[in-house]
Amino acid sequence: MTDYSSLTIQSAISGLRKKDFTSVELTKFFIEKIQKNNELNCFITKTFEIALKKAAESDERILKNSNRQLEGIPIGMKDLFCTNGVKTTAGSKILENFVPFYESTVSKNLWDSGAVMLGKTNMDEFAMGSANTTSFFGNVLNPLKPKSDKNKRLVPGGSSGGSASAVASGLCLAATGSDTGGSIRQPASFCGLVGLKPTYGRCSRFGMIAFASSLDQAGPITKSVEDAALMLQCMASSDEKDSTSSKKKIPNFLDFKKFNLKGKKIGIPKEYSIKGLNENIEKVWKNGTEWFKSEGAEIVEISLPYTEFALPTYYIIAPAEASANLARYDGIRYGFRSNEPNINSLYSKTRAIGFGKEVKRRLMIGTYVLSAGYYDAYYLKALKVRKLISNDFEKAFKSCDLILTPTTPNVAFPIGEKQTDPIEMYLNDVLTVPASLAGLPAISVSAGFNNEMLPIGLQVIGKPFDEISVLAAGSLIERFREF
Amino acid sequence: MEYFIQGEKNKWEVILGLEVHAQISSKSKLFSVAPTSWGGEPNSQVDLVDCGMPGALPVINEYCVEQAVLTGLSLNAEINKMSVFDRKNYFYPDLPQGYQISQFDYPIVGKGFIFIESEGKQKKIGITRLHLEQDAGKSLHDQDIKNSYIDLNRSGCALMEIVSEPDMRSPSDAAEYVKKLRSILKYVGSCDGNMEKGNLRADVNVSVRPFGENMGTRCEIKNVNSIKFIQQAIEYEAKRQVEILEKGQSITQETRLFDPNKIETRSMRGKEESHDYRYFPDPDLPPLMIESNTIEELKKKLPELPDKKKIRFMEELNLNEYDAEILSNDKETANFFEKIVHKRDPKFVTSWITGELFSYLKKIDKTIIESKVTTEKLGNFIDLIMDGTISNRQAKEVFEDYIRSKESAKDFIKKKGLVQVSDESEINNFISKVLQENPKMVDEYNKGKDRLFGFFIGQVMKLSKGKANPTVVNKILKEKLKKI
Amino acid sequence: MSIDNSTVKKVALLARIEILQNEEKILISELNNILGWVDDLKKVDTENIEPMLSVFNESMFMRKDDPKSNFTSEEILKNAPENSSGFFVVPKVIE
Ligand SMILES: [Mg+2]
Ligand SMILES: [Zn+2]
Repeated sequence: MTDYSSLTIQSAISGLRKKDFTSVELTKFFIEKIQKNNELNCFITKTFEIALKKAAESDERILKNSNRQLEGIPIGMKDLFCTNGVKTTAGSKILENFVPFYESTVSKNLWDSGAVMLGKTNMDEFAMGSANTTSFFGNVLNPLKPKSDKNKRLVPGGSSGGSASAVASGLCLAATGSDTGGSIRQPASFCGLVGLKPTYGRCSRFGMIAFASSLDQAGPITKSVEDAALMLQCMASSDEKDSTSSKKKIPNFLDFKKFNLKGKKIGIPKEYSIKGLNENIEKVWKNGTEWFKSEGAEIVEISLPYTEFALPTYYIIAPAEASANLARYDGIRYGFRSNEPNINSLYSKTRAIGFGKEVKRRLMIGTYVLSAGYYDAYYLKALKVRKLISNDFEKAFKSCDLILTPTTPNVAFPIGEKQTDPIEMYLNDVLTVPASLAGLPAISVSAGFNNEMLPIGLQVIGKPFDEISVLAAGSLIERFREF
Repeated sequence: MEYFIQGEKNKWEVILGLEVHAQISSKSKLFSVAPTSWGGEPNSQVDLVDCGMPGALPVINEYCVEQAVLTGLSLNAEINKMSVFDRKNYFYPDLPQGYQISQFDYPIVGKGFIFIESEGKQKKIGITRLHLEQDAGKSLHDQDIKNSYIDLNRSGCALMEIVSEPDMRSPSDAAEYVKKLRSILKYVGSCDGNMEKGNLRADVNVSVRPFGENMGTRCEIKNVNSIKFIQQAIEYEAKRQVEILEKGQSITQETRLFDPNKIETRSMRGKEESHDYRYFPDPDLPPLMIESNTIEELKKKLPELPDKKKIRFMEELNLNEYDAEILSNDKETANFFEKIVHKRDPKFVTSWITGELFSYLKKIDKTIIESKVTTEKLGNFIDLIMDGTISNRQAKEVFEDYIRSKESAKDFIKKKGLVQVSDESEINNFISKVLQENPKMVDEYNKGKDRLFGFFIGQVMKLSKGKANPTVVNKILKEKLKKI
Repeated sequence: MSIDNSTVKKVALLARIEILQNEEKILISELNNILGWVDDLKKVDTENIEPMLSVFNESMFMRKDDPKSNFTSEEILKNAPENSSGFFVVPKVIE
């Protein structure tokens, strides 16, 4: 069998068009590869039958020349997106057996574009995590290993860890992710991929299981910037089923190719040179600025003074919203129920058993910061600081067009590390959270390696709804990096 | 006279504030497209939001927003151009999201007022606010010994919570307030006002204080669903509080339940403990913005409201205050009246509606709409009285039969042989006969016993089996007696 | 501000999460660590700053009042742990 592992969406589309292979052949290849790589634990649910049926339909369309944008392209769907008739768990025991009878808008858009679902990818429980170690369905492994110790297993990042690991190991051509504080960008960075979080409101949240509604945003994890543009094109829509879905016109994201960065101002925020930033990452960041310079862009130092408060702000707002969003998991209408003789013990046992440790921790924090006497000091305060953080970006974008930063302060770490102290885990998101709080589009593109040959991602943050510039900058990184 | 509770030591004033929940008469729910119609199979009118499915998102119903604005305008209230939806968090089996979407700090409607007539006085009752929120589902506890059953058909239906100032001072005030509010809501069309179906229900806040003193601790009686119960609940609760206070004890602020069978209120044990609703702005819903010109457009849609209508009835139609009040306070009655009074004598029509029609409706226990009496049916009948075809007295006698019949007024009267005799020669014959048969009486009358005139009329009517037109009889009889 | 036994119990009750005796101690220390860390926000001067409710600043789409029956009661009940004659079933709730 031909090895299709290294195909991008773009090359697969051209192969399908030229009839080098069929979608069924592609799909069969990935099915086999997924089965061979069960140890990575990328998928919670495999939907091979559906995949083969859809692939066959796509092949017919291709023969009739009526192919759609992603016709016959096998992808992974993060298990946070409700899929009609296919179990959807959000990585939680509490939804262990939940089968939606409706389809999320993002997944529907992808199926309507001809994409083929191989399965539902593993994730941190309710997207709460940065290492894919909180899933009820077990840890996901990063396919990459440190050069010096090929037995060491690393985390893929999280929460879209299953998606990232699957794309990185060639188990599918692309996958969906969701990003609340970095859950697309951080695993993309850890796995050497492209991860794009669009502007808040670009992709509909309908049918996407909520973690923190004011932050959650769907986006793609792909092997190339062009693939990310293609995926986003199909995922994005103005959706009347989501009151926070933008009515702004959706551009042709592939226009990023025509976008010229010459003369554009690239902001380098001094506050992102945080303590504990890995020196390899610092170096890659420097290289990045040189690449932009050589393309004729201007590098400007900018200041985002409230950066240091972004993480605490996030860890108040996100758990607060989650504490309400996850109240519906009560064992009554669906999901796991601990059978108890009275309703209150049914609630508290169901939720004690149904949720994992990290989720419970955040629900406790979220409940606390909203409760009487603490609301003003924590939640309201956080909303105000969020405004200041957002103002930071607004001001910065008066003197620059894009912001270039590292995606993460560190590379992928071994499974089991950073597990004892929750805060240490939270620090993973320190560079991705600010853009989330401001709702801005941001991309992570793999830009280099550390001396263990582990990938390092650079993040480009753009103005609201300016995904095209962000993609263009990502594409520049892709062209200049040395691999 | 002011209402008070006479305790052993003190005269107590009763302070009342009401929170009325009115279901908006929309076809679909506040945040979902599921139908709101009454009486569906359990859980058959449920969309994703209404059962709190993962990934479900609320999308607001424009009609509900408009109805809230219209209602606000009809309560003389400020409309807030920006309002915010909040989540009110608590666990209950018929609350599927684990929170109710409501409005807390920024309601859609702010301060307003209405007037009520109570205890012979007009009183102004302040409205604190009106906000939009989701209704909960229904828990059934009596189907099974061990279990409760949950139906989510009502979950997510749109409610307006209308909060009054603590401006009421008696059970009558509270009753009149609810009646007036219901009347206004029905005029506006925002709520059908049906208390039996629970489409209008009130939470009553009761506290007592010796006259002139500071506000006491209040108790909230939840979900009282009839005007009679509201009055009974207040009476019981106020007395209970007075008894406690006169014993030197204090009132614990709590939520209570009214038991209509025992006519008493009782504490809702346990349910209140550690309530902390953790309201916060719902991140699924941007602020609700209402444009000034939307408000202006809606103002134009506002119908004539009962207070204005009453004044117009008094000024234009010359009705007395009592009649004008009862003909204007119910929208359907007012519509019926206005249609039927057109080109007819207002006084006469009024007396027929407030007299015969109302007692008939009371007897069959139906509203005008439910009774299916049309303005045509009653109007044609009234016309036949007015033009003398049938006498008023006979009309009253056969009114019920007529209303129940399917015949036209003319056919009915003909069939019953009730057509009044106004023909002068025919009446002349009746009179001649009566006078001939009673020569003695004629004699006495001529000698000055005027009162006998009535006797002759009676005899003529008897002879004509009541069909003779009294006016004509009167006229001819006078002439004839003069001649003798 | 720090969380003690009784606060944890209160919060756990509000969140309807049973906390076992042996989990309580470690949870208290974790929560206190996290709260101590977010306490950093106190350093920020937020006077005259409006709270940011959402980054979304477009007007809210309003739906027309067209009722639709998108789902049958069978679908709604399909995932229920317990249901009977069209209802969700829970242990008796005493009012
Ligand atoms: Mg209330
Ligand atoms: Zn309410």
